[in-house]
Amino acid sequence: MNPLAGCLLVSALLFAIGLAGAITRRSAILVLAGIELMLSAANLNFIAFWRFGPHPEALTGLIFVIFSIAVAAAEAAVGLALILAIYRHAKTSDVSEIGEMRG
Amino acid sequence: MTLPFLILALLTLAGGVAAMTLRRLVHCALALAISFAGLAGLYLNLGAEFAGLAQLLVYVGAIAILIVFVILLTRGGDADPDSSFSPASAGSVVIALAVFAVLAWAVNTSSLAHVATLQPAPPSDKTGTLQIGQALMQHYVLPLEVIGLMLTAAMIGAVILALRDKRIAAEPKDSELRAS
Repeated sequence: MNPLAGCLLVSALLFAIGLAGAITRRSAILVLAGIELMLSAANLNFIAFWRFGPHPEALTGLIFVIFSIAVAAAEAAVGLALILAIYRHAKTSDVSEIGEMRG
Repeated sequence: MTLPFLILALLTLAGGVAAMTLRRLVHCALALAISFAGLAGLYLNLGAEFAGLAQLLVYVGAIAILIVFVILLTRGGDADPDSSFSPASAGSVVIALAVFAVLAWAVNTSSLAHVATLQPAPPSDKTGTLQIGQALMQHYVLPLEVIGLMLTAAMIGAVILALRDKRIAAEPKDSELRAS
């Protein structure tokens, strides 16, 4: 197994861990954390393919990861603000108890 | 597969598993920070200094701290630890394992995984931070502007969402007035 396959396997495992967390945990905060882990796993794939690809001087994967980190930061800020707003309304951040969307 | 890579991968995966299985939410957030730091180490190990340090600053420095703040603001720290998993969690774990099995099968059967001579390109001065800055300012300047606009919009949106709604806060007073 070469280093690229090692990176891809680590990334696949991290994605599976994030997926398992996002669908098993009841706290909305940890669901968001699981989604962040899945995003990071995708970023690791981009870096690995950039590093072992034929043209690392084109910087494509690296630039994509930088933009992806910025998007993830925006997503986390809005997601956590939404969790705060829902907590203030429903008095809980447990996703299995928030069953209605009507205000 | 060098020793530093194995150590960093183990740190990342152990942090991820701990973040998703521990029962106390604050412990989960700290394990998540460890996992993100391990991932930044993996980026540095792969020769992506700028992405690794950006990951360290944004994920460990901002997102993990933000998650701790939200846990404390929503009183997640003193939630009942016995009910932290959904009832159907066994099936969910099976689904996640199936996803991993499919991905690992795809990696193992691809021709790229068995190229024994696959070596990373030698480190050159064409992939440094200076070149990233030049690429961002010349070729990728439009996406950079768009991402700046999106970050501003997300910041304003987060502030508006997290503001206390004045109407909801004022409603009990109205009903009190009507009752009296």
